[in-house]
Amino acid sequence: MRRRTLLAAALTVGFLITGCTSTTDEATSPTPGTQEGFPVTVGDLTLEAQPTRIVSLSPTVTEMLFAIGAGEQVVAVDEQSNYPPEAPVTDLSGFNLNVDALVTYDPDLVVISSFAGDLVPQLETLDIPVYVAPDNPTSMDDVYAQITELGALTGRVEEAEALVAQMESELTALFDRAPKREEPLTYFIEIDESLWTYTADSLISVLFAEVGLENIVDEPGSISVQLSAEVLFEADPDIIFLIDTRYGVDAESVAARDGWDALQAVRNGQIIELDTDMASRWGPRLVDLMADVVDVVSQVA
Amino acid sequence: MEPVPRPTRLRPWWLLAGVVAVVGSAAAGLVLGPVSLPPAGVAIELLNLLPGVELESGLNPRESAIVLRIRLPRVVLGLLVGAMLALAGGAYQGAFRNPLAEPYLLGVAAGAGLGVTAVVALRGDEHLGSMPVTVPLAAFAGALGAVALTYLLGVAGGRDRSPATLILAGVAVSAFLAAVQTYLLQRHIDVIQEVYSWLLGRLSGATWHDVRLLLPYSVVVTVMVLLLRRELDVLSVGDEEAAGLGLHPQRSRLLLLAAASLGTAAAVSVSGLIGFVGIIVPHLVRMLAGPSYRVILPLSVLFGAAFLTLADLAARTMDIPREVPIGVVTAFLGAPFFILVLRTTRRVAL
Repeated sequence: MRRRTLLAAALTVGFLITGCTSTTDEATSPTPGTQEGFPVTVGDLTLEAQPTRIVSLSPTVTEMLFAIGAGEQVVAVDEQSNYPPEAPVTDLSGFNLNVDALVTYDPDLVVISSFAGDLVPQLETLDIPVYVAPDNPTSMDDVYAQITELGALTGRVEEAEALVAQMESELTALFDRAPKREEPLTYFIEIDESLWTYTADSLISVLFAEVGLENIVDEPGSISVQLSAEVLFEADPDIIFLIDTRYGVDAESVAARDGWDALQAVRNGQIIELDTDMASRWGPRLVDLMADVVDVVSQVA
Repeated sequence: MEPVPRPTRLRPWWLLAGVVAVVGSAAAGLVLGPVSLPPAGVAIELLNLLPGVELESGLNPRESAIVLRIRLPRVVLGLLVGAMLALAGGAYQGAFRNPLAEPYLLGVAAGAGLGVTAVVALRGDEHLGSMPVTVPLAAFAGALGAVALTYLLGVAGGRDRSPATLILAGVAVSAFLAAVQTYLLQRHIDVIQEVYSWLLGRLSGATWHDVRLLLPYSVVVTVMVLLLRRELDVLSVGDEEAAGLGLHPQRSRLLLLAAASLGTAAAVSVSGLIGFVGIIVPHLVRMLAGPSYRVILPLSVLFGAAFLTLADLAARTMDIPREVPIGVVTAFLGAPFFILVLRTTRRVAL
């Protein structure tokens, strides 16, 4: 139950490089209202009635669905959807889906990640409506578009609008609260011990840039790379963020790595542990993550 | 019947060339890297390791750490892993009397891989680094199981089997083990990233801890295989001839296979699956320096070490600031080389 959200980094490097998809926002034409709003069309998908038996196979989407009040319409979520706690976790896999097991939930809407998009034809032959949630958003607009589309599909248009407005205003307030600096603080964000890291193009780095942080890895076209340790040492970032905390990595173990005491972030105690799920999903809890990060940058002299 | 190899002795000139290759590749690996450092500064940092020497290198503490904490353990580990894989390749080729035998192709690496995957997947919450003994042992058990399976399948081909039969058996065993491994990973999707980076082979993140882990196995395996180098020469003539000369061919063969598998497993447990070293290096040595295992085995240790260190240098500098998995580099060089060996197999003296 642990390393699911990082699978994107695990599958292939090529997958990561090409994973830079962006959400389509041109095809959304929801009708306002709830039950009365149907039929509704999002992209190629048309729902005749409000779904009441939703299966979510993406942890990010699960968080979004519950945040827009569609949780009561969700009958099953995949094994990695551990938030919110009331989500009906099953042993369905978002990566290697057992379609037979899925069908037993009699879903009237299935949500999958775009990297599992090859399941769509099979589900379509079973007349199960499928929404493919785009992966690897590169801006908050992508995130908001996904929430808006989910709102339309679930008959929660107003709740989705409210959530987007709330996230926007909270993030703006956080960005304003972050101290203004002449020179941004530099950082390295560790996905795993082999030094996979998100680049400046990733969503998390785009958000970090808003609070005066600059990623030491700027590789346009890639969301993440496996960074050479030498390059990390040469860059000598001000802060090291850990998002592999769930796998036994913590500030102490990083500081104890051979030679790492030469890094200023280690000497200055600027190794910051972040929640693995919050940092690798792109749901409403990004706001909570950024609140933590703003607290951190506010304390750096 | 293969021609009887003339028992040639290892010429000092070749031994010297091997030592020069090791020193040269290590120097290149220490001086060159994604970050440019002044060679003189690097040299002084290394000299400072000697007792009583304390010179000003002009490097700042981070640059010093790059040399001593990142490059040096990585180069040493590369030397050890390369030596083990090349030596194991040479030993397998002799013990099986098969020019195509190589840890990767025999399924040995896949077996070791499965062993490590099983430990990683089933360990619970324990940190991998905290199990220094379990991982090599699991790798060794997997490696031995795989080589036994490959050997039995290959032998089932009967007396007339061609060298390719054994390799086909190895391919089948590898595929089977990979399937088991995939199943385990599907059941433990959380470790897939860890295992995946390991499967591609990696010397990035090398530490002195890895070196200390591998070193004792390297010494034992090297001594064992080199002690048996004469037996290998006789074995290559044929089991009956070997028995006629008063040797125990099966016992020697088993010892060699165990040693080679142990070496492979130890290397694989710290570096992941790095393919083709065991076929490129012994064959180059055989072509250049002579067909006797008394020449091939010691030189494979030296040139294997140098080869992998240079391959790793390519892996860490070809796509700065990224790391390229070293298994990708060796496969890139090794696959064409394998074809070459296949085409010239008839001419390769065993």
